[in-house]
Amino acid sequence: MLYREAGQFKTSYGDDQAIFPIRQDRIGVAIILLAAYLAIPLTASPYLFTSILIPFLIYALAAIGLNLLTGYCGQVSLGTGGFMAVGAYAAYNFAIRMPELNLLVVFLLAGGCAALVGVVFGIPSLRIKGFYLAVATLAAQFFMDWMFSRIKWFTNYTPSGSVNAPPLSLFGFAIDTPAERYYLILAIVTVMALAAKNLVRGRVGRSWMAIRDMDIAAEIIGIRPLRAKLSAFAVSSFYAGIAGALWAFLHLGSWEPLAFDINRSFTLLFMVIIGGLGSILGCFFGAAFILIVPLALNQIPTALGIPISTAMISHLEFMIFGALIVFFLIVEPHGLARLWALGKEKLRLWPFPH
Amino acid sequence: MRTKLLRAAALGAIGAAAMLAAGAGEALAQNEQFLPRLVYRTGPYAPNGVPFANGYADYLNMLNERDGGINGVRLVQEECETGYATDRGVECYDRLKGKGPTGAGVVDPLSTGITFALTEKAPGDKIPLITMGYGRSESQDGSVFGWNFPLLGTYWAAADIIMNYVAQKEGGYGKLKGKKVSLVYHDSPYGKEPIPLLEELAKRHGFAFSALPVTHPGVEQKATWLQIRQNRPDYVLLWGWGVMNSTAIKEAAAVNYPRNKMIGVWWSGAEPDVTPGGDGSKGYMAAALHAIGDQFGVHRDIYKLVYDKNRGAGKREEVGQVLYNRGLVNGFLASEAIRKAQSRFGNKPMTGEQVRWGLENLDITAARIKESGFEGLVYPLKISCQDHMGSARARIQQWDGSKWSFVSDWIEADRKLIDPMVVAAAKKYAEEKKITPRDCSKES
Repeated sequence: MLYREAGQFKTSYGDDQAIFPIRQDRIGVAIILLAAYLAIPLTASPYLFTSILIPFLIYALAAIGLNLLTGYCGQVSLGTGGFMAVGAYAAYNFAIRMPELNLLVVFLLAGGCAALVGVVFGIPSLRIKGFYLAVATLAAQFFMDWMFSRIKWFTNYTPSGSVNAPPLSLFGFAIDTPAERYYLILAIVTVMALAAKNLVRGRVGRSWMAIRDMDIAAEIIGIRPLRAKLSAFAVSSFYAGIAGALWAFLHLGSWEPLAFDINRSFTLLFMVIIGGLGSILGCFFGAAFILIVPLALNQIPTALGIPISTAMISHLEFMIFGALIVFFLIVEPHGLARLWALGKEKLRLWPFPH
Repeated sequence: MRTKLLRAAALGAIGAAAMLAAGAGEALAQNEQFLPRLVYRTGPYAPNGVPFANGYADYLNMLNERDGGINGVRLVQEECETGYATDRGVECYDRLKGKGPTGAGVVDPLSTGITFALTEKAPGDKIPLITMGYGRSESQDGSVFGWNFPLLGTYWAAADIIMNYVAQKEGGYGKLKGKKVSLVYHDSPYGKEPIPLLEELAKRHGFAFSALPVTHPGVEQKATWLQIRQNRPDYVLLWGWGVMNSTAIKEAAAVNYPRNKMIGVWWSGAEPDVTPGGDGSKGYMAAALHAIGDQFGVHRDIYKLVYDKNRGAGKREEVGQVLYNRGLVNGFLASEAIRKAQSRFGNKPMTGEQVRWGLENLDITAARIKESGFEGLVYPLKISCQDHMGSARARIQQWDGSKWSFVSDWIEADRKLIDPMVVAAAKKYAEEKKITPRDCSKES
């Protein structure tokens, strides 16, 4: 009843092709943005910022990067953690060696470095596909792990191989408190999510999807696989690189290569699969699910005052979380984004389904 | 009608009880010292994490039972499972740091990775970190690392103590020339910490040093031990944790490397490290921060006040194990810091800042150790604004197939060697982070 588009006439191509063609969606997005920019910062506790919101946004950004590659272009990648590491260490080196650089420039350069590395490791995708490509990108992951723990130059010769982000400031303002860090991340994620959404609706995104659906057919209609695949790797790694730099600088503050190990890559791949392959919204759902559900499960027994041991809580967390993943994949193999879309379809007809 | 009345009465009773309970909780909460406990009872490091967590918990519970806490302030602890993962550890810290009437008094991260991450956060939150026998080696310098307390020893101290023992065995540092020493280490900040010190020692004394990394969690070490078989170093130092230790000892037995030439750091010298290797572990040595066994005064109190009342955190027969005792010592040092802080700020729950003052002025004398039932367990230590380590002594212990026994007396790390390296590393950190070091001569 509330969610019905009857009466909203599209009078131009522009209206028809808008990102959110339905008015209720536009209002909904505006409310979410208002909440994210105004309501949450006013009410959130430091714990909510540092342990939930900041990692959620950064995970979502990295998941968008992986989704562009895997969901839209069909190239399975297990190297996202490695590309995030490139971004993190590139940002560290730019910030340490050129302290006068603006923080945003540092992040952009870090993304650029990650994009370059992504292109190099994307070259095998021209010959190999599917699972075999996943294994090839695994090489990127292990190579990055090796490089950042062995080549001392990247860590500025720190004895333990663990590096610290320098003090951060942007246009003369120190970025210190959780709320300030949240704002910076939120702004970056908003801009980049919007860019990604537009990218996949445009020519480039369509060429990726053509490659994903059938590469030979795509080649016949004039899409060059080399350009399409490598551009997907570049853009995906750019996103991952910036996410890595944010993760290191604004979330951890101090990190070692272990922060970007193979588990990070798997986590991101799970986010994309559970959230929904080929959906930008799904990245946010997936990130929220994988990040928040285990933390919530871990805290419920203590919050309710149920006396069970720490180890048992942890075991229960793993079991319930695993069961939930299986449940969601059985109920909707296309991910949470698809569930959301089905929900919207139902809402359109409610309360008078045919 | 009757049922209604009954229901009303029952509801009223429940409500009154709830209010009473809430009121009582409130009154109690005012006089409670909250201590967050970052533990790992699951995952690949659980065999080592569990006894440590149990020892710590039992000590605090014993204090509550015996003395009603510290000077009447009850100690309240809440555990949070980190699984040895840095991101979960940071989440635990953020979750627990604000609890209790004064927030977290002191935090033991119990992982070098988590320590590195919390080192960035602790100054802002004003919560001191006790990293007893682990953490950042340069955090010994209190003028730069104002909130880190690597009490009793850092990894640099550990490496130096072990090499001192090697030199003793060989008949002086002069005899080390031309010898080969390999370090088999957990490929994380924890394992990498001792490398700069060992490189420095190798340069000074002319022995060949090589570092062989083992990837987390350390169950795959075939390639490493193949290298050792080819290279035949005179000594192998082991810097492992969890399942990596027992695997290393088993692999050493498999390539027939003499176990009595292997010396582990104090995190590689507990029962779960040697028992899986069976007879193959015989002769293996490790540094020991403190004594082993349950024959000390503190254990009698713990048996009587905690285990006899079925309130023990773990199994009775595990009391007195190496890592259990380490948890005890850690709990002891944390509670002594709170006690010291109370001596200045009054007998009430302390804030993190006050506990930090207590830590910086901590002076645990032999008399105090005896009084607390720790005689023979630990070495006395004295902390100052500049020196956050206190004492850097350990003994070397050897496994004879059924128990650990000491093969050396207390060996002290060479502070003349370590301190300049600490100052240099801390200075570099201060420059990177744009920290102005405190002037310790002006601190009261």
